[in-house]
Amino acid sequence: MKKLVTHRLFWPVMALLALIVVNTIARPQFISVTLRDGELYGALIDILRNSAPLMLVALGMTIVIATRGIDLSVGAIMAVSGAVALTIIDTSGDPGSGATVAVALLVGILVALVLGVWNGFLIAVLGIQPIIATLVLMLAGRGVALLITDGFITTVTSAPYKFIATGYVIGLPFALFISVAAIIVIALLERRTALGVLTESVGINPEASRLAGVRARGIVFGAYAASGVLAGMAGILYSSNIMAADANAAGLYIELYAILAVVLGGTSLMGGKFTIAGTVVGVLTIQTLESTILFLGVPSAQAPVFFAAVVIVVVLVQSPRLHRFARGLFASRRPDGGGPSTPAPTPPTTTEPTKAEAVR
Amino acid sequence: MTVNEDTPAIAMRGITISFPGVLALDHVDFTLRRGEVHSLMGENGAGKSTLIKALTGVYPIDSGTIAVDGEERVFSATADAQTAGISTVYQEVNLCANLSVGENVMLGHEPRGRAGIDWKAVHRLAAEHLAGLGLAVDTRSILSSHSIAIQQLVAISRAMVLDAKVLILDEPTSSLDRGEVERLFAVIRELRDQGVAILFVSHFLEQVYEISDRITVLRNGRLVGEHLAADLPRDSLVSQMIGRELDELDAISRTADRVIDRTAAPVLRATGVGRRGMLEPADLDIYEGEVVGLAGLLGSGRTELVRLLYGADKADSGTVEIGGRPARLTSPRHAIDHRIAFSSEDRRAEGIIADLTVAENIVLGIQAKRGWMRPVRRAERDQVVSEYISALGVRPADPDMLVRNLSGGNQQKVLLARWLATAPQLIILDEPTRGIDVGAKADIQRKVAELSAQGLSVVFISSELEEVLRLAQRVVVMRDRRRIGELDSSTVDLDLLIDYIANEGEGSAA
Amino acid sequence: MTTTTQTETPRPSLGARYATFMSRHSSLMPTFAAIVILIVLLVGAQLAFGNFITPRNMSALLLNNAYLLILAVGLTFVILTGGIDLSVGSVMAFTGILCAKLLADGLPAIVAIPLMLLGGAAIGLLIGVLVHYFDVQPFIASLAGLFLARGLAFVVSLSSIRVEDPAVLWLQRTRLTVGDWYLTPTGILALLIVAIGVFVTQWTRFGRTIYAIGGNEQSARLMGLPVARTKILVYVISGVCGGLAGLVLTAYSGAGYPLNGVGTELDAIAAVVIGGTLLTGGSGYVIGSMIGVLVYGVIKTIIAFMGAEQSWTRIIIGGLLLVFIVVQRFIVTRSDRRR
Repeated sequence: MKKLVTHRLFWPVMALLALIVVNTIARPQFISVTLRDGELYGALIDILRNSAPLMLVALGMTIVIATRGIDLSVGAIMAVSGAVALTIIDTSGDPGSGATVAVALLVGILVALVLGVWNGFLIAVLGIQPIIATLVLMLAGRGVALLITDGFITTVTSAPYKFIATGYVIGLPFALFISVAAIIVIALLERRTALGVLTESVGINPEASRLAGVRARGIVFGAYAASGVLAGMAGILYSSNIMAADANAAGLYIELYAILAVVLGGTSLMGGKFTIAGTVVGVLTIQTLESTILFLGVPSAQAPVFFAAVVIVVVLVQSPRLHRFARGLFASRRPDGGGPSTPAPTPPTTTEPTKAEAVR
Repeated sequence: MTVNEDTPAIAMRGITISFPGVLALDHVDFTLRRGEVHSLMGENGAGKSTLIKALTGVYPIDSGTIAVDGEERVFSATADAQTAGISTVYQEVNLCANLSVGENVMLGHEPRGRAGIDWKAVHRLAAEHLAGLGLAVDTRSILSSHSIAIQQLVAISRAMVLDAKVLILDEPTSSLDRGEVERLFAVIRELRDQGVAILFVSHFLEQVYEISDRITVLRNGRLVGEHLAADLPRDSLVSQMIGRELDELDAISRTADRVIDRTAAPVLRATGVGRRGMLEPADLDIYEGEVVGLAGLLGSGRTELVRLLYGADKADSGTVEIGGRPARLTSPRHAIDHRIAFSSEDRRAEGIIADLTVAENIVLGIQAKRGWMRPVRRAERDQVVSEYISALGVRPADPDMLVRNLSGGNQQKVLLARWLATAPQLIILDEPTRGIDVGAKADIQRKVAELSAQGLSVVFISSELEEVLRLAQRVVVMRDRRRIGELDSSTVDLDLLIDYIANEGEGSAA
Repeated sequence: MTTTTQTETPRPSLGARYATFMSRHSSLMPTFAAIVILIVLLVGAQLAFGNFITPRNMSALLLNNAYLLILAVGLTFVILTGGIDLSVGSVMAFTGILCAKLLADGLPAIVAIPLMLLGGAAIGLLIGVLVHYFDVQPFIASLAGLFLARGLAFVVSLSSIRVEDPAVLWLQRTRLTVGDWYLTPTGILALLIVAIGVFVTQWTRFGRTIYAIGGNEQSARLMGLPVARTKILVYVISGVCGGLAGLVLTAYSGAGYPLNGVGTELDAIAAVVIGGTLLTGGSGYVIGSMIGVLVYGVIKTIIAFMGAEQSWTRIIIGGLLLVFIVVQRFIVTRSDRRR
């Protein structure tokens, strides 16, 4: 039993289940799923479908965070890929053809890959801090997207493109399949190969990893490239949903929600060990929370207040100070290495010199 | 209580501090008198740093008393110790390198006028305090533009601004060259003559004898003895510090007396390898099954040399041959491809991956070599891991334990296991026995001797020269970022080696 | 390597004087670079358009960017300690709409304005407490602040609210003219904030503690400085500046609008970094942030002159930020290698 409770996923899953239970009590039709014309409908299905863009972005964010980095540019990349894809369809002769759509998808995602590689170059090769490096694209990216769409919100009519976000396959939303496929691919890539462990190693201790022969640079590079591609796919999904390229609104604040999902799922922002499953739970929790808020009649513009509360609760729960406080309440009196008014770590010691004394 | 001449500045009586599973200090008494330099000696793990942390308010004490100038005090925070007049200057100078020298000296106590801080007065006062220690430094210059030696003296100067009655110097000479050490000692003597009580912690025996009036020795959390430095012969000090464990290590020594075949091409030959600002071009060669020791004081360039050889840092001069053929070693990956392994001296920052398990750490070397696309299968991993856990005696023998929860000695063993698992032909060990308990020290040295007898080449760096003499066939001596010579270990003993390190190549003794 | 200062010196050589200057003021270099860029931009624009540097345009520069200037000053305090505040744009919107609502409900300006500043301070306090007492990374903590402020803005009102209060409108409508140059009370407010910021950071213990924390927080603590109080206060200051910026923006546009300031925090961060403040903390100047805001404003004006789309502004600022960061990185690696 103890092993179950201390499992990393326990609390995230509990939180999600609690949300679902509360929703069901408030509106029993929450968990009802109806079949219509061979397609499933219902609040749960909506959550699974609408969470797809966030799921993709959050998966990429998980890997980036594991390398001790962050990617603030995902929203901007979403805007760019959507703008590129839709512009291709718009300016093509035959917007409804599968071939045009295929080309649009390919180019859109390729552009996103290039942007991710750009981030990877700045961070892995030039050694720039991730928050600053991705900030540049966050600033400039939307501007680029606006230029591509000439400042307008490009709309197109294209059945194949529309299918991506709103179509159904064997009764389930196509977007769900995209989500699941991404989860499976990433999970396999990280855990069936050594990529996961090497990524964690780089995130926990980049210098030790380098000295141990790990290709740290390549791993960091790959993380940002992957984040870019996934954001590109999310951008396609978003624009497909509204059948428009809205450079200002696409992916607005999504990086923040993605980071929240990752943190909710149990991966630490400090980098190192990460959990894909945790992120999945985190994304579903956020989507369910959003659905709950909407159901409560709260205008969606006011939803961020709730998310602020969630962020605060999550970080408080994860805060070491709270743990110390709780331990102090429950455990016996015992010195554990710090005076009450010095929450800071202890000063460097004599007997275990931490940094090399030899002057370089 | 009246403070008279005999009241010690610090009187610690019956100090006991325990942590879960370990008794760090066991009824230790310690006395520090005004106007004296007192050294606290002991091996790593003896309790030195714990005692100091009790005195500076970092650790609460379980039982015992601390009296400052005769008055009993309880420190519940570092600020309390500072208010009581106890100042500490750490090895990593705790100042703000981005601020000016003068500002660092006066920070928090800047004289203020009507229009805010009076900067002229700040710099004037700072200059006065620095001059009081014999320092003439541009107080307006940024602290980071000065050497560690100067920064340390600025830190001491700040302590004096705060009217410190007790000054604790924690490994102050680790990063200093000879001239800087002498200047520091001059400052220390000046302060002592002014009546400050100085607690000096260092593992450099020479310096301890040079500067101290008294020496207190701790071992395994207990007080072994307090002596006047003049009355304590060197071997007596060392045996008090180390105790009977010397015998276990002696048994290893005879394996070093092997004959090395130097007719074939050396495993590694480095010619003129150096880097501007880091190391003067140096040569090093090493043959199969040989242990070459690098000896020298801290800052002599030993770590720099091996890091250049391994490709951890890029050399800007020199050539390297592996097995007779030229090789380019500009990154750790190149070295690893040539079957060279490197265990860094800072195992916490550059060695172990703390949040991964013992098994994951051990397998990391092999995995990194194979690349991410070829994961090490479970069966192979378990087999390799259990083999090394038992071969090196890693305790607890739990492959799924996080490495951060192991003791220093076991962490070092895990690191060693990682490298040995890659079946290297040459392994570079930089201070592998630093900061670990005696038992683990012996285990590691025994293993190194064993492996070299089986053909593994080893470059071995240790500040404990006895270890170097015990394991190495040849000892390369370095000083001030230069290689100054080489000795055959069977022809020298410790005193000769120390003399060589200090004096070889110089005119007369400093 | 000591630099010995002697009492009787022959005139030091140029090289020696340069060395002394650099050892004292190396952190000013990035700000110098920003000034150079500003001058290059101004001169270039003047050459290209002929009528760029006019009293009218330069006055408008301050007027149009007063809100950003105030935000940048507050943000500088936070960044100097090594932190970051992503909430400033949202706080600006929240306090702005709050003020508009209070005024519309009949409260006099003398009550509404302090209340709006209090709102900004409250959010700043929340962030500061999270950062310091609960060890939350400033990024995440200010993220929570961003969410909170943005959501609260919409709670106050889902749509914009016009402001009719004469006191507030006076802030913007009044012009103090000297020839063709003009200044509004909002402009004066912004310049006042800059002046206060400069004074506090250079001449008060509080300000020096900020630099110390940014340089080495643990050292600052061990040196006995009031780290907790200072760290929390900088976020409160940023929040208050957010409130002041909200006031200025509301006066400028004559209305409170909950969608204001989306992305403004990025503009402010870019201005601060371009102005020479390092995101790692401990190095930078308030005056540099002002230069950064002016650079931003000039670029925006140039784009307007060119008749190009405004989205180019963000792209160019992004590019400029990138150049600064890369150069900063090379300087850091070079000085690290030398040691």
